[in-house]
This record gives sequence, structure tokens and C-alpha cells, in this order.
Amino acid sequence: MLDSEVRQSLLQWLGQERFREDQETLVTHSYDATPMLQSLPDAVVYPETTAEVQSILRLANEHHIPIVPRGAASNLCGGTVPVQGGIVVAISRMNKLLELDTDNLTATVQPGLNTRKFHQEVERRGLFYPPDPSSMVISTLGGNIMEGAGGLRGLKYGTTKDYVIGLEAVLPSGEIIRTGGKLYKDVAGYDLTKLLVGSEGTLALITEATLKLLPAPGVRQTMLVAFADIYGAARSVSRIVGARIIPATLEIMDQATICVVEDYNHIGLPTDVQAILLIEQDGQEPEQVKREMTDIKNICASEGATEIRMAQDEAEAEQLMMARRSALSTLARISPTTILEDATVPRSAIADMILAINRIAEKYRVNICTFGHAGDGNLHPTCTTDARNEEEIHRVEEAFAEIFEEAISMGGTITGEHGVGTVKAPYLEWKVGTAGISVMKGIKQVFDPNGIMNPGKIFAKPSRKRLVISK
Amino acid sequence: MSSPNPKKERDSSLLMLQQELTKQLDYNELMNCMRCGFCQPSCPTYQETGIEAASPRGRIALMKAVADGVMEPNESFRQQINLCLGCRACEPVCPSDVKYGQLLEQTKSVLFEQPFHSAKTKKMSGQRETAPGPGYSSKSDRPPNMKRLHKLVKPAFKSHHRMLSLSALLEKYQRSGLQRYAAKKKLLRFLPEHFQTLERILPQADSQGVVKRVKASLLPAKGERIGTVGMFRGCIMDVLFTETNVNTVNLLRESGYDVVIPEAQGCCGALFSHSGDLKTARQFARRNIQAFAEAKVDYIASNAGGCGAMLIEYDHLLKDDALWKPQAEHFSQQIKDISELLLRSERWNSLKSVGAGPDDQEFISQERPDHTPQDTVTYQDSCHLRNVMKAGRGPRQLLHLLPDLNYVELEGAEGCCGSAGIYNLMQPKMANDILDHKMDKVNETGASIILTSNPGCLLQMKIGVEREQAQDRLRVMHVVDYFAEKVEKVMK
Repeated sequence: MLDSEVRQSLLQWLGQERFREDQETLVTHSYDATPMLQSLPDAVVYPETTAEVQSILRLANEHHIPIVPRGAASNLCGGTVPVQGGIVVAISRMNKLLELDTDNLTATVQPGLNTRKFHQEVERRGLFYPPDPSSMVISTLGGNIMEGAGGLRGLKYGTTKDYVIGLEAVLPSGEIIRTGGKLYKDVAGYDLTKLLVGSEGTLALITEATLKLLPAPGVRQTMLVAFADIYGAARSVSRIVGARIIPATLEIMDQATICVVEDYNHIGLPTDVQAILLIEQDGQEPEQVKREMTDIKNICASEGATEIRMAQDEAEAEQLMMARRSALSTLARISPTTILEDATVPRSAIADMILAINRIAEKYRVNICTFGHAGDGNLHPTCTTDARNEEEIHRVEEAFAEIFEEAISMGGTITGEHGVGTVKAPYLEWKVGTAGISVMKGIKQVFDPNGIMNPGKIFAKPSRKRLVISK
Repeated sequence: MSSPNPKKERDSSLLMLQQELTKQLDYNELMNCMRCGFCQPSCPTYQETGIEAASPRGRIALMKAVADGVMEPNESFRQQINLCLGCRACEPVCPSDVKYGQLLEQTKSVLFEQPFHSAKTKKMSGQRETAPGPGYSSKSDRPPNMKRLHKLVKPAFKSHHRMLSLSALLEKYQRSGLQRYAAKKKLLRFLPEHFQTLERILPQADSQGVVKRVKASLLPAKGERIGTVGMFRGCIMDVLFTETNVNTVNLLRESGYDVVIPEAQGCCGALFSHSGDLKTARQFARRNIQAFAEAKVDYIASNAGGCGAMLIEYDHLLKDDALWKPQAEHFSQQIKDISELLLRSERWNSLKSVGAGPDDQEFISQERPDHTPQDTVTYQDSCHLRNVMKAGRGPRQLLHLLPDLNYVELEGAEGCCGSAGIYNLMQPKMANDILDHKMDKVNETGASIILTSNPGCLLQMKIGVEREQAQDRLRVMHVVDYFAEKVEKVMK
């Protein structure tokens, strides 16, 4: 419960419609897409201007009230769950595309703008914003920036962090900082833009972003390749890149995933193979795309591919990509609870990592299917389970801890694109070390001395007990 | 608080409601929602309000919170459930295949059986009332007691004879000049605005019904026979859209089907089921299953997406009724949308070659040799035809059999128009907001004819045209009627 002074101020600034603390609103802002995590906030506010955000943050800072910035709540790390209560700041009403600058090839946006809508808007002008997280149908650009979202096109085009070149952010003190600008080059001091990208709402609240755009690629080709031996698939991935070809998309599905997808959707996938690669190349010149696809095909064939299907047209390409896109939904259909992780390793280690995951799943007697972005080593070991089965959930947790450990030992990381949040906070130190943690904590201290910004995220520490609905 | 009694009363009433919801809600289905939020772009009420609670993910979270005992099923819960159109656009896009329609039905049925009136006690509770979205409902315009309303209207839906008699009254009112008189003298101005609009756009009632019009309840196929179809004539459909029913019969016969119109059939029960009155819906279901079983048909034709979706889910409705379950399953398998049945026939394949002119793009939208300028047509989906019957492509495929059709796809055609049964009467503000946005998209198509495949959508689109004052440039028709009209011209 907020104290009455705080409530009065917020009510006065925002009105009843944009300051809510009824049960319905609290319940519907107590979760995100993370399984088994829910916690009620004390209030939800819907600011419409940077000035309102300033007032809200300043007030919360004075009263030491947690602030949880929220886009579409589609993240998978517990990033927007108010685990210590406080005020959820829903940025959904700050959703404008402020400017499309075709001279500088930049876009200036408010954080609540929907990622897919932005894509459509940009593509209408023959431009291209590559980051394409699977949740982009609902996600916001602000959320993407806060979590440092990736996507299928990460290998060739990079992720959100590579496209954010300027930010306006409100500090807990209510002050505004502006970083970067419509600049491709800018070395004036520490790179605060990159620091804020992926900061998970723990440092400041973003109110405006300047994004870099590219000319849209004109041509696209898609193929599906099956491998009886997973190492054949992995070697193909390394050799493709080694041949100086960077595909736009290079996805992998392991046998467990293939079987489930085929069982459910009947799209004619071979179920007796260890892995399938889905490869897509784009570019401006049809000839070059075609040549590169032929080279890729030859590499795969020489690595023992048992089946190569090249899409003849857009419709067939769509159908091939369906196999990969339906992976998560199919896994979600076969069990009540689906836990999707994003352990990431260097590209050359994906086969070892997938086999390690299989071994760990067997050891803990849990069902884990793996698919993911083979090109950038970003795997999605996905566990199908039931949150009500406490004993099994415990084994699932043990299995994932071991998977993270394995990933790190291969030179990888605990999270490639989902963020740390609360879910991976206990493992962060394994990746960055105690010195790394204390540097990060130091940075946090400078931005947010009172610790009001999205508390309980990134750093594991015993936190104040609250009503946490565990189901 | 001067007296503790009202509060106590309220608490026990809420507690009972909560217990009943916990009992009735399918907890496995609630658990199935992984809260990814992929449903939200498809949800009309979320798109209008931007409020999490007004989205499928939000509503499921509310249901689960109630079932978990974290939240009371209070007035705002009821309002949020009622604000849902029940269009079920969230189901096809759900990665986890959550049966949202079933959860909604379970919730509505409990709320229907246990109406809880918080009006008197609200002040005592000290809880602030919040509307589901800006301006979407308030204390003054709370939905009426559905139980009482159902008691009032049930007799008319129970007997088709009574439905016909009632429509005779409407017919007299419309034909006698009384309607014109009423309009002139503004006699209906005491009615809410949305009722007044509805009164203006209602089609001419026909108290004869399809059986009298085609003069038989058993009509043989024309040409080569490909099966026997039982015609589901509907209740409202048969008195307000009799012509559509007549065209349906004729097109089915032309396609090669023997057509049976069992007299014992009645209302599908959708209006009752959607407001939670499952008891009545089950009664109606048993009657229809019996009627069509006796008629011994291969398929049952529906020409209204809303009715068809209800009929196709009789298996679910009667799943706990051991006696009726097998029959209900058989019945559900027989239900087909009219477009699908027509597309099964080879009768229409030659339409394009019979058509008077070349199919070239350059000729399209030019004046035809026979001097009839081409219509530009667009199509608004029936949500239940698309999301529940999964037959949304049928009407489009059927239309594309027509020669020189200038068809423009409506952007967002898959989104609800706001009709949703009687939703537009219960939630006029939301329904009109959705409709106005829909009409913007219709205008972008440049169409002169809007086609639909459900009476509710048809009336709603007519309201849209009326709101736009576009009666002189926009017609609204049922796909069946348009197809019949065009076929007749081509065949001549």
C-alpha cells in the first residue's frame, strides 16, 4: 500500500484513469511471460510525458518506493514482475514514432511503440530495422532496449544494442540524461547509451530512443537442411561462416524438437535425423544471394546432409520457416508449463552444447528440447513440465543450473538475449565474477543510490518478503 | 460503518461466487496460459483500451486470481468479463492453444447463475470503482439482470411459431406506415440511441419463414445429386433474413443437394450460451440434435457464422451428458458452413468461363459491355465462422468463383466488428468505437458493397454505414445473397 501523501500526489498529477490501485489492475500487472513468477505491485501508473515520468520517479525516490518500468511484459526473465511491490510504470501510452529521418537513416521513437508496428512503418519506406525478437508482435521498443533483445537476424545484423544510438532517460532523481544522438561516431566519454541498453530498468527509465536504420534488403532465399549427425550440422555452421558467408538466419532444431513439431503439425519433417538447419540469406543482388545459397548447399552436402530443401517461392519459404517458428508453440501445447532458457556458447561449441544439454536432461529425468540461433550460438533449451509438480520443478532447476555451468565452461554465457532479471540472478556471478558484480553494483549505486529502480533484478540478494504467488 | 450487516452479506455472497468459480473453472486450462501475450494484438477490446485487464491474457489472469483466492470476483471482475466480445480471435493465435472460449463460458455461466448485486453495498466496502477502460462503463450503466431478461425472451426463442408471430407484429409495424410515422414524430426518442439506430436499420421482417416461402420442407437436388443437406434455418435469421434462407436452399439444390428443413428444429441457443445460460442452451441443443437425427442428413448447413459455431460445439456443450454425448459428437461433425458445401460441388466451377467477359485486369472496373458498372466488394469476417468453425476462407473462395469480381480485402477483416451477438446493445460505447475504426478501414477499400456471413455482423455493418451516413454509396449484403444474385445474372 502506498502512503496517502504519495497516492494523493499521483492522483492529482495523473487522475483516476492513469493512477490505479484496484485489485484488477494490480493482478494484471503482477506477471510477465516468465513461468512461475508473480507478485503484486502497490499501484500502476500510465505516464504520457517525460515530465510526468520525472515527477513520478522523483516522488518514488523521495519515499524509497520501488519503480518497475513495464512495456508489454513479454520478457522471460521476470524483468517486469514487481517482486518487491511498488509502482509499475506502464509506458504503453508513450507509443509514438516521433520521427523517421531518411537523410540520416534514423528513427526517433517513444519507448511504448510496438516493435512490429515500427517494423511495418519503417519497411513502408524501404528501410529496415533488423532486431526481430519472437515476441515482436506484442513487445515494445522500450522493452527491447531494456532487455537488449535479440532475434533470428542476430548473426548477420546484430541485436538491439547495435541499433540504439541515442537515448533520453530519466534518472531516479528526476534529472534527464541524453546520450548519443543521430551519430554513428561519438566517443565523448563513457558510452552511456550502450550501458543503458540491457540495463533491465535498474538504472533509469527511458523516455525516448534514436535508432539506426538500414536500407531494406530486396531479395531473400530460404532452405531447410537435415543432418543424421548433429556434428555435421555444427560443422556446416562453422564452415559456412568460415567461407565468408553470413546468412541472415541460421537456425537449428535438435531431434527432440523435430519429433515434437512433426508429431503435432505433420509438415513432413524427417524425424530420424539429429538436427535440422534452417538457413535464410538476404541481400540487394539476386545473383549474389543465389551464389551464396549454392555455396551453403554444397557445404551442407559435403558435411553429410541427408536432405536439402530449397524454397522455390515465398510461400514455400514461409512453410519452411514455419517448422522453426512453431517450435515454441508446439512445445507449449504438450505441457502446462514451458520453461524457455537462452544459454549461449561460441558458435563452434553448439554441437557439444546440445549434446551436453541432452545428457543433463537425461541425468535429471526432465524433458528438454533444444532449438535456437545456431549462427550466433544462442540456444533455447526448452523444458516442458508442470509447475504443480514441485519435485519435478526442483529437478528442472538443478538441470538448468548445470546447463548454465556447462555453457560458461565452454566460454559461453547464462543468457544471450533474455536478460538476467530474477530468474538468472543467482547465476550472474558465475559469468562475471565477484569483481564484475561489484563493478556493476557500483554503477547501479551511482545511478540509483536509493535502489528504487526495478529492485530484485540482476543482483541476487535476500529481498523483503512479499506476497508472491508461486503457482 | 454504521451497520456491519451489508458488508457481511456482501462477503458471503462474494465468497459463494468465488467458490463456485473455483469449482467450475478448468484449472488445467488456466495453467495452460503461459502469459506470452501473443493474444493481445488480436483482441479488439485490448486494442481499443490498451489496458492489460481488457485482454485475453489479463482476463485469464483475473480468472486464475479468483480461482486461487487472490482476488474477489467483484463488480469490476464482472464488468471486465462482460466487456469481452467473445469473438475468440485470441484462440487461433495462441501458441499454447488455450481454450479461452471455454474459460469465458465457464465464468459467464457462474455469473449468470449467481448474479451478485454490489450496488447497495459498494459504498460500504470502501473500494473504489474502476471502469475497465476510459468511459467504458460506469455505475449508471450496469448491464441488466440477464436472468430476468432471459425469462422474458426465452418463449420466443423456444418456439419458432412464436418467433414468426412476433415478426408478424414487426412486419405490420414496418409496412403499415407506423414506422414512418414514429420516425416523423420522433416517438422513439426515449430509447437509448443504439436501440434507435437498430430500429432504423432492421430489415423488413417476413413472418412466413423459409418453409412457407419455398413451399416445402423437403426439396430435391437439381442435376446430379451429391448428398442430402439439412438446412439450419435459425430463428432471427428466418424472420429477418428470410430471403437469405431462400437463396441458401436454392443454391444448395443447384449444387446437387437434396435439402431437408426439419420443422422440429429451433434456435441454436447461442444468445443464451454466450450470456452464461447453459441450461437453456443445452435444452435447445438436444432438440436440434433430435430434429436433424430424424431427418437423416449427410450434412447440416448453417448460413450464420454465430449459429454455426454454436452448433459445431454441441459436442463440448453436452460432453458431460452421457446419454447425448455420442449423438452430439455426430451432429457437430455434420455442421458445415454454406460456403464450404457450395464449394464441394462442381456446379460452380464453370462460372468464370460462362461469365460474359475476359478476366484481364485491365478490363476490371471498366464499364462492362452490358452497361453494368462493376461492384467493388469487400468482406468482413464473421469471428465465429473464422475462429470457431475455422471456415473463414470459404466465403472468400466462393466469391472468387465469380467472374469479373473486383474484390478488395479489408484490412483487419479478421477483427470483430463489435456486433458479437447482442454485445452492441449491452456495451454500446465499446461496440461503436470498434465499429467506427472498422468503417475507416472499409472506406479505405473503396468498396460499394460490404459482404458478411452472419446476421449480427450484417446488422452491425449496416449500423456502421448509418453512422457514416453512407447509405447511398455502401450496401451491406450476406455473401449468399450476393452470390445468388451474381449467379443468376451469369446463368441467364
